[in-house]
Amino acid sequence: MKTKVAIIGAGISGASIARVLSRYENLEVHLIEKAPDVGWGVSKANTALIHGGYDDDPEKYPMRAKLCIGGNRLWHQWVKELEIPHVWNGALIVALKEEDFDELEKLLERGRQNGVPEMRIVDREEVFHLEPNLTREAIGALWVPIVGQIGPIPAVIAITENAVANGVKTHLETEVRGIKVENGEVKGVETNNGFIEADIVINAAGLYADEIARIAGIDYFEIHPRKGEYWLFDDTVPGPRRVLFPTPTPISKGIVVTTEVSGHLMIGPNAQDLPPEEKDNLATTREGLKEVWEGAKKLWPQLPPRSRVIRTFAGLRPEPTGGDFIIKAEEEVWGFINVAGIRSPGLTSAPAIAYEVAEIIKRDLGIELREKSKWNPYRKEITHFFMMTPEQANEAVTKNPAYGKIVCRCNNVSEGDILEAIERMKFIGVKTPSVDSVKFRTKATTGTCQGSFCRPKIIQLLAREYGVEPWKVTLKGKGSEIGIGDVKALLRGEEA
Amino acid sequence: MEPFPQIPMLSYDVVVIGGGPAGMAAAVRAKELGLNVLLLDENDYLGGILPQCIHPGFGLHYYKEELTGPEFASRLARKLVELGVEYKTAARVLEIKNYSDLEKVVIFTSPTGVYQVWAKAIIYAAGARERHAFEIGIVGDRVSGIYTAGEAQTLMDIYGILPGKEVVIVGSGDVGLIMARRFALEGAKVKAVVELMPYPGGLARNVMILRDFDIPLYLSHKVVEVRGKGRVERVKVVRVDENLNEIPGSEFWISCDTLIISAGLVPNVKKLEAIGVEIDPATGGPVVNDRLETSVPGIFVAGNSLLINDLVDYVAEQGELAAEGAKEFIENGGIESRKWIKVEKGENVRLIAPHYLSGDRDVYLYLRVARPMEDVELRIPEIGRKMRLPVVKPAEMLRVKLKAEEIKNAERLTVEVVEA
Repeated sequence: MKTKVAIIGAGISGASIARVLSRYENLEVHLIEKAPDVGWGVSKANTALIHGGYDDDPEKYPMRAKLCIGGNRLWHQWVKELEIPHVWNGALIVALKEEDFDELEKLLERGRQNGVPEMRIVDREEVFHLEPNLTREAIGALWVPIVGQIGPIPAVIAITENAVANGVKTHLETEVRGIKVENGEVKGVETNNGFIEADIVINAAGLYADEIARIAGIDYFEIHPRKGEYWLFDDTVPGPRRVLFPTPTPISKGIVVTTEVSGHLMIGPNAQDLPPEEKDNLATTREGLKEVWEGAKKLWPQLPPRSRVIRTFAGLRPEPTGGDFIIKAEEEVWGFINVAGIRSPGLTSAPAIAYEVAEIIKRDLGIELREKSKWNPYRKEITHFFMMTPEQANEAVTKNPAYGKIVCRCNNVSEGDILEAIERMKFIGVKTPSVDSVKFRTKATTGTCQGSFCRPKIIQLLAREYGVEPWKVTLKGKGSEIGIGDVKALLRGEEA
Repeated sequence: MEPFPQIPMLSYDVVVIGGGPAGMAAAVRAKELGLNVLLLDENDYLGGILPQCIHPGFGLHYYKEELTGPEFASRLARKLVELGVEYKTAARVLEIKNYSDLEKVVIFTSPTGVYQVWAKAIIYAAGARERHAFEIGIVGDRVSGIYTAGEAQTLMDIYGILPGKEVVIVGSGDVGLIMARRFALEGAKVKAVVELMPYPGGLARNVMILRDFDIPLYLSHKVVEVRGKGRVERVKVVRVDENLNEIPGSEFWISCDTLIISAGLVPNVKKLEAIGVEIDPATGGPVVNDRLETSVPGIFVAGNSLLINDLVDYVAEQGELAAEGAKEFIENGGIESRKWIKVEKGENVRLIAPHYLSGDRDVYLYLRVARPMEDVELRIPEIGRKMRLPVVKPAEMLRVKLKAEEIKNAERLTVEVVEA
């Protein structure tokens, strides 16, 4: 008899848990997600950092302190097994005034307590050696070499692909509407796509984790959204070599200046607390973007002109009551495990969170976990034309002409890349064709022109491969269709 | 020297990058001049943006008759084929390498493979891109229904998709106005054209569209925010003063399901920048001499990669000129001149090209003014040239022919547009 596990939420936490649990032959794992694709909630828009684990106070936030450094160490392994885009470039927490060193000393001490290796305070001379273009006002910094960056959605996609390859079943566009509890034990989840039987329900619902918990009868915490906004610049704009933080304040790690994994200068986020009902408020604001601009300028005075901005965006962090991650098996409802309030450093902690959940299943639910004799830890990255040498590209084209045809000219994404992305979308169960699903797998539409040349071609490929009319292809799921019909639809008095 | 021994190698006198009107005209002329030429274009078809420009207004100067975009493109394409010019479509240039003046390599990919081409000269005619919503500071929700004008045109006129039915257009340049008409003709309601400047941005004949279709034009206004769930639901508009500062309290919302951004074009020159071609911040294109040669010898540029044109006729003309430059370059091993006469921007001249003149041939100057004026004179004081103009507008490119004999003794030329 297999123990059935339903994980609610296919973000970085839910997907990581699914992957770790896919290792056990006596578990049947279901990953449930209301969005059309994985990683589209909190995991989608963030600073994409693998933090160092030095700034979470183990007294106040024991879970965060423990799982952040644990996650950092695991990511070093996971990015290799799963071929996730990453860079280990280290971080500088920059001091601009003498008093800042007091805070940096505190972080250094805390980092040591948390087990962060190799960190130290560097002086003015060394800070410019590490980051030549830093503001001249810098007087020193805390240097944390283990900090890195990954592609957050590519990570969720990679982890999910690997989990599915190891037997996890996905249920996309599936919204949880109820949790069946009998005699204090979970029995399954009710969804818009029917009932999914489960002995264990893991709540990894991100911003909505409080609502899911409440459905199960657990209401001791609330999640409120904290918005952060970002600017992203063209890849021709020079950015820093390291991740640059200001010295933190009690509420925030501050506005980061970094060159993200794809080579774009990125600044952000600010922190704006929103009321609990605004969990879908992902709008950028002029005030927020201005705050980020001013903040980033303090570390990186040479911000580029407006013509070099390619994108602005906002993300939401799920701030829990109490501030620490809530990861535990709830006693009132046997089989219900909360993985809630996974705010920063959630991306970093995710792999460690997943092992923590496996531990909880063993320890607190008393379920013996039997490892599969054949579990595949590896997943191959999608083919990226832009990563090939001309010789490799020529070889790929000779085998499949689609790799010779460039669709996204800013990032050199080929038709072959896109067709492969669509295959992989189908592999993990993506039912509604969307441009974003292709974008997050291939980087098409993310360049200088922001998709104005390639989007129409991507729409054609999605329409063909999914067998739908092109205007029914969506930007990011139902309700965001590309058009309303064929070009004569209005004149004929019809519209889709 | 062999950059990639493993991939097929081709060799031509000149490689033309871009199969739009500039590139096709360049390839045709190069062939007529006896050069061995290869034209590369990344689309599946020749013509560049023209095949999606199904409206008339093309070719009045070049063909002396009014054609649609597809007609203009097919005439050039037919000529190209008749002359036996070699071309490849679905061919995307990955990299340009400049080894020496007469040794250049273009690496491109295509469905038949990746190739390297040795060439003595390159004519770069890769067009422009459109400015997008993020670049002009629009904030708000990320929703479906926001398109650049060119993308909307591609969707409608190449792929037959109607993006929406209630449309707001940002920018009253030609492309924005033509798309206003295009949407109106398909039965959509164009609720507003919103223009930042106090005057329309397009050619007079295109501004007429607004009256013909009863489309409101908001001058001195800008769209600052988009809201919606899956799709655009409304946009926030604000009035600006003469310094383009927003006027507090003037905000209002327009409900719509589609927002079209037509906020200008930017020459597509990244590949040129990568090999060190000097760029003029005013045009956004390369600094060129009167053969349209860039600061890297043997690399010529034409069309919207040089500067944003408003008539395809000028684009084709530039293509021919670049081909003549390439011929001269290959024959003489370089473009030589006794001296280079620098062209300077004087009063009310926002941009001008070419930047350097040899003085040994007739030349066209292409320029745009910074602000509209009436009853003005275009003057070049160094040579005593004066030209009376009833009206000048930033939207309308001025083209001035200078004769070799009138400029050959000049040290430099300052072009100004001043009250008559």
